[in-house]
Amino acid sequence: MYGLGIVKGLSVTLKHFVETFLDDIHWFGQRNSLATFQTKQGLGGKGMYTVQYPEEKIAVPERFRYIPFLVTYNNDDPEYPGKDWCTSCGICAKVCPPQCIWIVRGTDATTGRPKPEPEQFYIDIDICMNCGYCAEYCPFDAIRMDHDYELASYDRTGNHIYDHSKLTKEIRYWQAIAPTTAAEEMAARGGYDQTDTQKMRKKAGLPASRPGPTSDKPEAAPVAAAAVIPNAVVEAHPTEIPADRVAPEQAAAVSASISSTGSATTAEGKPIVRRRGNAGKAATPGATPSAAAPTTAAPAAAPTATPAAAALAPQQPTPAAPPSNVAASATPAATPEPSKPPAADLNKPATVVRRRNSPPPKKD
Amino acid sequence: MADQAPVRPRDLESAVADLQQRFPDAVKPDTRKGFGGIIIDPAKLVEVATAIRDDLGYNYLSSATAVDYLGQGDHMEMVYHAFRAPEGGPGLVFKAQTPRDNASIPSLIRVWPGADFQEREAYDLHGIHFPGHPNMKRILLWEGFDGHPLRKDWREAYYEEDYKPFESRWPGGHVSRTEEFNPYGHNVRYPAGFDPNTYNPSDQHLYDGQNLGVDIEADPGLKTDRLTVNLGPQHPSTHGVFRMVAQLDGETVEDLEPVMGYLHRNHEQIGERNTWNMNMPFTDRLDYICSMSNNIGYALAVEGLLGKGATVPYRAEVIRVLMAELTRIMNHFWSIGFLLNDLGAFYTPSLYAIETREHILDFFEATSGSRMMCNYSRFGGVARDLPERIHSVVNLLNDKVRDENTMDYLTGLITELLPRAIDEYDRFLTDSEIIKTRAEGVGLLPPDMAIAYSAAGPVLRASGVAYDIRRAQPYSIYPELEFDVAVRYNGDVYDRYLIRIDEIRQSLRILKQILPKLEETKGQSIIGTKNPYSTKAPNGESYGHIENPKGELGFYVVSQGDGKNPWRYHVRAPSFINLTALGEMCKGHKIADVVAILGSIDIVLGETDR
Repeated sequence: MYGLGIVKGLSVTLKHFVETFLDDIHWFGQRNSLATFQTKQGLGGKGMYTVQYPEEKIAVPERFRYIPFLVTYNNDDPEYPGKDWCTSCGICAKVCPPQCIWIVRGTDATTGRPKPEPEQFYIDIDICMNCGYCAEYCPFDAIRMDHDYELASYDRTGNHIYDHSKLTKEIRYWQAIAPTTAAEEMAARGGYDQTDTQKMRKKAGLPASRPGPTSDKPEAAPVAAAAVIPNAVVEAHPTEIPADRVAPEQAAAVSASISSTGSATTAEGKPIVRRRGNAGKAATPGATPSAAAPTTAAPAAAPTATPAAAALAPQQPTPAAPPSNVAASATPAATPEPSKPPAADLNKPATVVRRRNSPPPKKD
Repeated sequence: MADQAPVRPRDLESAVADLQQRFPDAVKPDTRKGFGGIIIDPAKLVEVATAIRDDLGYNYLSSATAVDYLGQGDHMEMVYHAFRAPEGGPGLVFKAQTPRDNASIPSLIRVWPGADFQEREAYDLHGIHFPGHPNMKRILLWEGFDGHPLRKDWREAYYEEDYKPFESRWPGGHVSRTEEFNPYGHNVRYPAGFDPNTYNPSDQHLYDGQNLGVDIEADPGLKTDRLTVNLGPQHPSTHGVFRMVAQLDGETVEDLEPVMGYLHRNHEQIGERNTWNMNMPFTDRLDYICSMSNNIGYALAVEGLLGKGATVPYRAEVIRVLMAELTRIMNHFWSIGFLLNDLGAFYTPSLYAIETREHILDFFEATSGSRMMCNYSRFGGVARDLPERIHSVVNLLNDKVRDENTMDYLTGLITELLPRAIDEYDRFLTDSEIIKTRAEGVGLLPPDMAIAYSAAGPVLRASGVAYDIRRAQPYSIYPELEFDVAVRYNGDVYDRYLIRIDEIRQSLRILKQILPKLEETKGQSIIGTKNPYSTKAPNGESYGHIENPKGELGFYVVSQGDGKNPWRYHVRAPSFINLTALGEMCKGHKIADVVAILGSIDIVLGETDR
């Protein structure tokens, strides 16, 4: 009979129509529950369900990739607070299909030699195509794909070139947004610490990697801790920290270790350069040299433990470091490292400051 | 009858030998290292091509493209890939060379009408002339474009460097937005004598040869005015920025010419500047509905170059087939939905289709990190294994989280949701008299014409040609999978609708066989290379083609010199080549049917315009 096909077809729309209302009755009053979302957006879903964006948002899956970000150690990390995982090897810039990454390797202020951390790192997010190659090929797990997809801004001219500070996020952020992947990567690295740091630690005779915090145990920080830079301090006016806040004992210890271990520095080569990088980083903005020194602190030598930011901020002027410095000098390979960076920072704070809070890119 | 037909050489070698014997002067093998096929003297190209088609049975011209060998012999070369349809088997590659200056190669449009757009493309992008082509004009670029961008000595107005990775994109030492280096108005160069201020896009060139301006008095057969209607570029039924210039006699289409290139971005030139690896995410942007299988096609082509250096492990093949078939289902749902939109069933069918597709995209997103721009294949495997769980966590302000076992999700998807959805869809639409009235007998494409016009995919198979690359030139693990090549025989819009339903069912059959294989291979390696970030390909050529949902997607890649970047990167885009037959399919139908016919071809402008 002509028209039967249409009726058959309309029965499908009718089914959908009725089902929607029946299903609404079934879930009546539970609209906002997570179970409703999971069922209705899942394979067994019937009827209609609208996620009320932007009031509600569907969390993206772990592997979701958007704009890249740079991983650093947590700012309250007892040994390498806020240290970049990036060694500025430049592979990300080389593999980037649309070539949106600009990276400048840092130079050590005293020796003039390149050091394995980025001095400048820019990503033009208008060019970025979110392919994820930079994260995939990064040998240090130092660049990862973010989940934040709400990037709209009122000004396209300035806001869309992300600089180092805007790109930087702590490792705990990555562990939070992608716990499974972060755990897999940690297993592949052979521990919590960054690969290069692990090598350096091994050379220094320390255990290769610390247990480190994980997504399910974010507080499981290692016991060793001397000082911590709270995040707020790092971000706040770094240039205003006067040089006289550096404890004189610290300065003395620094110069002493420079003179005593000058040859060791060259002999050690790489690891020292890397360590210097750490310390330099640690001593960035808010940190006084006393905060930098604990990079070498062996677990046993660590006097303080709790990384409570508020409590630690006032500690900064106090020279808590020298004892740990002395203790560390027992480990031969580790001795030279703490020395130079603080000195460098004392002399030329500008180099460090510019990296952390770089001025917005010039526009000609 | 059988003994009257010419005895065809069975295999490729004897076909080539046969050809060399018959045309000893004109045919010689291509002996360059890494290359294959034969080189034909352009003077005899048409004659030899006719023999290849008629006597040797390579009746299906899959791809025709040009390569500029500047500094590697200093000649231009047209490369043709011909196959036997529907028998299948390896293809015959033949080439014709011409000097770079005044490059000219006889047109093969009389032998294979399917060469039409491809030759126009070669003219447009490479500047090769094709004497004998009736409509030799630019196809993707406009008249105010200076030069031919795929010539190796061509430079764009805002030129950075020849090859990526660039020394620096910001040589000034600080980062600025590219827009500032490349200001509007200065990022363009016009040909000599072209003034954009006086340029009047009269489109006269489009109407040339359309027999317009006919003297009605002198043509008593013409009862009405002959008029030209432009459908598009902005038109809801063109699936993008696409234009059809239709010449009408009353409501009947007398002639129709597709006009494209509005979304042209010179994908191939970008591809030749990129390294091999960098092209992978760019292939996502071709047919953005099917990025997963685009990746596979490109990976196949480059794996052909790398040879043993990139062996794909079994699990990676299983995952690739899983992805390719899910993509096919997704694409067909999408295309049917929008075909119905074009037929006037406004958005109910397409929203049902999109709803189903979304479940597949959820899986893609959890696996590859992106719903549509998957970037998932790598040379020698896939980027990452399937996740253990489809899992999201509360972060930022996202509160709607989910956590499901991936295999359970896949099983539910393949064995329950998708079969149910396609059955429902079938019940919803197939018997509808309205659809039948609109679609049956419309846009006829007979089988011989479908082959001649190089139509591919569902368009070809709906015309009764059972040519499916998964069977004709099998790749991946398709030989060990059980499925049928869906064929329909009427070659109209309705059959092109039906065949997509059939193919979804066949894909589900494949997927049901894939599920146990996924379980078996759990934990095995997913990539056969170390996957270094810079792939070096040995010199040579490779044509990797797969049965994409829209038809044969081919990548012709050539490596020369140090092999860090593709010397030639050509995309044989099914959406583009399927449009060659659009004019023929529309002739004699009403203007309202044009929309349905276009919808039944299923084009995506990202791939058509490249």
